[in-house]
Amino acid sequence: MVRPLGFLVGLGFITALVLAIFTTPLSNEENVALSFHKHPRHLKLASDGLVPHWDKAQLQRGMQVYKEVCSACHSLNLVAFRNIEDLGYTEGQVKTFAKGFQVPSINPDTGEVATRDGAPSDHFPAPYLNEVAARAANNNALPPDLSLITKAREGGKNYVYSLLTGYQNPPANLPAELRPSTGLHYNPYFANLNLAMAKPLSDNQVTYADGTKASVDQMAKDVSAFLVWTAEPKLVTRVQVGWATFFFLLIFTVLAYLSYRNIWADKKH
Amino acid sequence: MSFPWAKPYEPTHPLMKWMDEKLPIPRLVYNATGPGYPVPRNLNYFWNFGVLAGAALMIQIITGIVLAMHYAANAGVAFNSVEHIMRDVNAGWFIRYAHMNGASMFFIVVYLHIFRGLYYGSYKAPREMVWLLGVVIFLLMMATAFMGYVLPWGQMSFWGAQVITGFFSAIPLVGEPVRQWLLGGFVPDNATLNRFFSLHYLLPFVILGVIILHIWALHIPGSNNPTGIEVKDEQDTVPFHPYYTAKDGFGLGIFLLVFVALTFFSPNLLGHPDNYIPANSLSTPAHIVPEWYFLPFYAILKAFTFNFLWIDAKLWGVIAMFASIALLFFLPWLDSSPVKSSTYRPLYRIFFWILVVDVFLLGWCGMQPAEQPWVILSQIGAIYYFAHFLVILPIVSRIERPLPMPNSITEAVLAKHAPDTASGPAAA
Repeated sequence: MVRPLGFLVGLGFITALVLAIFTTPLSNEENVALSFHKHPRHLKLASDGLVPHWDKAQLQRGMQVYKEVCSACHSLNLVAFRNIEDLGYTEGQVKTFAKGFQVPSINPDTGEVATRDGAPSDHFPAPYLNEVAARAANNNALPPDLSLITKAREGGKNYVYSLLTGYQNPPANLPAELRPSTGLHYNPYFANLNLAMAKPLSDNQVTYADGTKASVDQMAKDVSAFLVWTAEPKLVTRVQVGWATFFFLLIFTVLAYLSYRNIWADKKH
Repeated sequence: MSFPWAKPYEPTHPLMKWMDEKLPIPRLVYNATGPGYPVPRNLNYFWNFGVLAGAALMIQIITGIVLAMHYAANAGVAFNSVEHIMRDVNAGWFIRYAHMNGASMFFIVVYLHIFRGLYYGSYKAPREMVWLLGVVIFLLMMATAFMGYVLPWGQMSFWGAQVITGFFSAIPLVGEPVRQWLLGGFVPDNATLNRFFSLHYLLPFVILGVIILHIWALHIPGSNNPTGIEVKDEQDTVPFHPYYTAKDGFGLGIFLLVFVALTFFSPNLLGHPDNYIPANSLSTPAHIVPEWYFLPFYAILKAFTFNFLWIDAKLWGVIAMFASIALLFFLPWLDSSPVKSSTYRPLYRIFFWILVVDVFLLGWCGMQPAEQPWVILSQIGAIYYFAHFLVILPIVSRIERPLPMPNSITEAVLAKHAPDTASGPAAA
C-alpha cells in the first residue's frame, strides 16, 4: 500500500517540477549594475590568520580617524572607553580620554536632561539623539553604527577599506539610471553603486602623533583595523586559546587512538 | 532484551548491591553502554556518529544553559545582550561561539549518521522503530535550530522567522490565522522572540527523551553492521565496553578537533554577516538564506514555480518541503529488498551516491539567488530527490540481484583478513 501511494505522490511532485522547468525562462534579467560592481580589495592586517596580534600603533591611529572623522555621523555604541586599554593606553590615559567626551546624563538636583564628563565605564556617545535626528541631518540616510561593521558586511575589513578608498567619478559608459542622483556618490564597492556618504577621507585630514603620513589609503587601513578590533575585541585571545585547546585535544586524541588500538589488538575486525 | 551471551551485571561491592536492589541504574548503564551490550565486531568508523550526536547535544545543552543566564529574550535588548555576552561576560565569546558552531557540528554528525543508515540499510526490519524515532529527532532538531537562530535578533533572525512562518500562510483558508497564532502578531516581534526562547529551551530536553527511546529501540535487535547480516552467535560480537567505548573515545577526539578548529579559528564561517545587523522590520536583506543545514530543503521549496492543478506554486513548494522529510517515515516500507548493506546491493549503491551528490547540489542551489541556472538545477535536483525515494527505490529493490553474501559477520571479517583475497566460504 505504501509503495503504490508513494509512487503516485512522487509522480505528482515530479510532474509539477517538470512543468515548472518548462515554464521558467532560462535567461536571467540582465543586471547592468552587477557589471560595474567591484569585489573588495584585500587588506592585510596583523590580526589576520592563525597567529594574529593587534598592531596597537595602528589601532590607536585608527581610533584617531574614527574620533576625528567618522564619529561626526557614525556611532560606536558597543564600545566602552575602558575597552581601549586593549589598544595600549594606560588607565590614566583612558580616564583623560573619556573626560574629553560629554555623555548624556540627568541633573542630580533638578532631574532635567543634562550632560556630564565621560567616565571609563561609559560607551562612546552617539553623534545623534535618535534615528530621526540622524536621518534629518543626512539627507534621510541613516549612518550605521560601526561597532560590528566588519562582521556585518560581506567582505568585512576588505569591504570597509575598499569602500573608503573606492570613491571615483562614474565611468563614462555608466547608464543614466545608475548615475548618482543628488546627494548620492558613486562607489563601485557599494552594493547599488551609489551611496549617501560623501567621500569621507582626504589626504592629511588627521595629524598622526606617531608621524605616519596620513594618506587616504593609510587612514582607511588604520580605521579598518580599528573596526576589526571593535567588532571582535576578543579575536586575538580567541585564536590563542584555540591553539592551546587544539594541542590539548591532539594529545588526548593520540592517547585515545593508542588505547583503541591496544584494546582491539587481539580482535580481528 | 539482549543476546543470551551478554555479560550479566554482577555487583560485588556491598554499596552497589544495595543500589541494585533499590534503584538499578548501574545495571541499566552496564547493559546499555557497558560490557552487558554485545555489539557486532565489524563496525566501521561510520558507527561513531550516534555517540558523537549525543555528545553534540550535551555540548549544546551545557553551553545553552550558560548562555540563557546572560541572554535577555526581549526584542529591545536581545541583540545587545548577545554582544554583552561576546564582550563583557567572562569567556562569553567562547560559550556563544561554541553554541553557534555546536549547532553546525550537531547537524554534520547527524547527517553523516543518517546517510550511514541509508547506505547500510539500518532503517530496515527489525530496526524500523529506531529509524522512525530518528526522523522524529531530526524534525525536533530542525525546529530547535530554527528557533535558536532567531534569538540573537539580527536581520537574518528576523527575516528567517518571517519567511519560515510565512510557509504556513500558504495553507488555504486557515493559513494566515495560523501564521499569526504562531507568531503572536502580524510580524515577528517580542511575543515571537519570547515563545521561541521558551521552546528553544524546552525542545532539547524533548530531544533527549526521544534519544533515550531511540537507544532503547536499538537495544532490542542490537546494532546493525557494515555487512547488514544479523548477529548469529557470540563470536560475531564484542562487548560495547571496552571495545566501542575506546573507539568512540578516539572518534570524540577527532570530532572535538574539528569543532575547536571551527569555533576558535573561523567562528563565523558558517554564519551570515547580516545577522550582525540588528533586526529591522523596515529593511529587507538582499538575499534571505537559512542556515546551511536547511539549504537542500530550501532549494526544494524554491524549485516549485508553477501553479499545477488547483494548487499554487507556493503551496506546492511548502508541501514538497515537508514531504521531503516526511517521506523518510515511510522509507522502511518503500525499500522492500531484504538485503540491508549496500556492499551487496550493486544497483542501489549507484543510486545512493547519486542521492548524496543530489543533496549537495540542492544545498548549493539553496544558497543562490532565484536566478538561472540555479532554478533549473534545483528543479532537477528536487525531481531526483523525490524520484529516488518514491519511484527508483521501490523498483530497484524489486529488480536488483544482490551479490553473494557471507554466512555470518565473523566469516566476513575473516575473509577480509585472509592472506589471499579469496572470498570462498571459509567457515570460521
